Amino acid sequence: MRVPIHKQGYYLIAAIQAALTDADLLQLQDDLSGKVGQYRSKGAIVDVTALDVMDSFAVRTLRSIAHMLRLRGAETVIVGIQPEVAFAMVQLGLTLEDVATALDLEEGLAYLEDKTKGGA
Amino acid sequence: MDNGIRVTIRSDMDIVTAREQGRALAEKIGFSQVERTVIATAISEIARNIVEHAQEGEVLLDHCQHGAKRGIQITARDKGPGIPDVARAMQDEYSTGKGLGLGLPGSKRLMDEFEIQSEKGQGTTVTMRKWMPL
Repeated sequence: MRVPIHKQGYYLIAAIQAALTDADLLQLQDDLSGKVGQYRSKGAIVDVTALDVMDSFAVRTLRSIAHMLRLRGAETVIVGIQPEVAFAMVQLGLTLEDVATALDLEEGLAYLEDKTKGGA
Repeated sequence: MDNGIRVTIRSDMDIVTAREQGRALAEKIGFSQVERTVIATAISEIARNIVEHAQEGEVLLDHCQHGAKRGIQITARDKGPGIPDVARAMQDEYSTGKGLGLGLPGSKRLMDEFEIQSEKGQGTTVTMRKWMPL
């Protein structure tokens, strides 16, 4: 299922709705990279609240998204990692060390506002 | 061991099916939400190993019992190329595929029991179990 991406001011919001296959995740990566250029976005929020599993492939792809968008001049923040998902990620040995995370959409937007000085 | 669930693994979509079926069975057995997520994550990792290295295989999901202990047993098997050096594949961050190299050692950490049998040219079977807290 393709992840819908909304534009909100200087930012993009990708709200994952359901479990994603590897192909869906790679599609999201392409879509975000394209849309950052199209809308001249300064930041992107990837909302993973609906993801009930974050395995090594998902984490690797989210890291790639953040690195790729940074090269395109935009900051990325991952929001909504559920507590049990965080627990499983830590046990598996997965980290998002080099990627910004925030509790929810509101915190994610605040992070981007701060990081990009309101997108100006 | 009765009427387990068999999920054929051929593509990334089957990985999602396997972990969803595993989560549902874990819920039926009585695992907590955290444990269900842990089990689903381990299934995702070993099912991806099949897609990445063997192209085709299967994941078997079943109840298991040992004395008073009850749990879930997950078997992933394929007839792929096999793992030439199992000890090395069980080390963190050793990868020959596109992953982070955490799949096998990570799944072992997520589960209570983990066995792997692999022979070059014959395929790989991973069996893992998680027990309900008594």
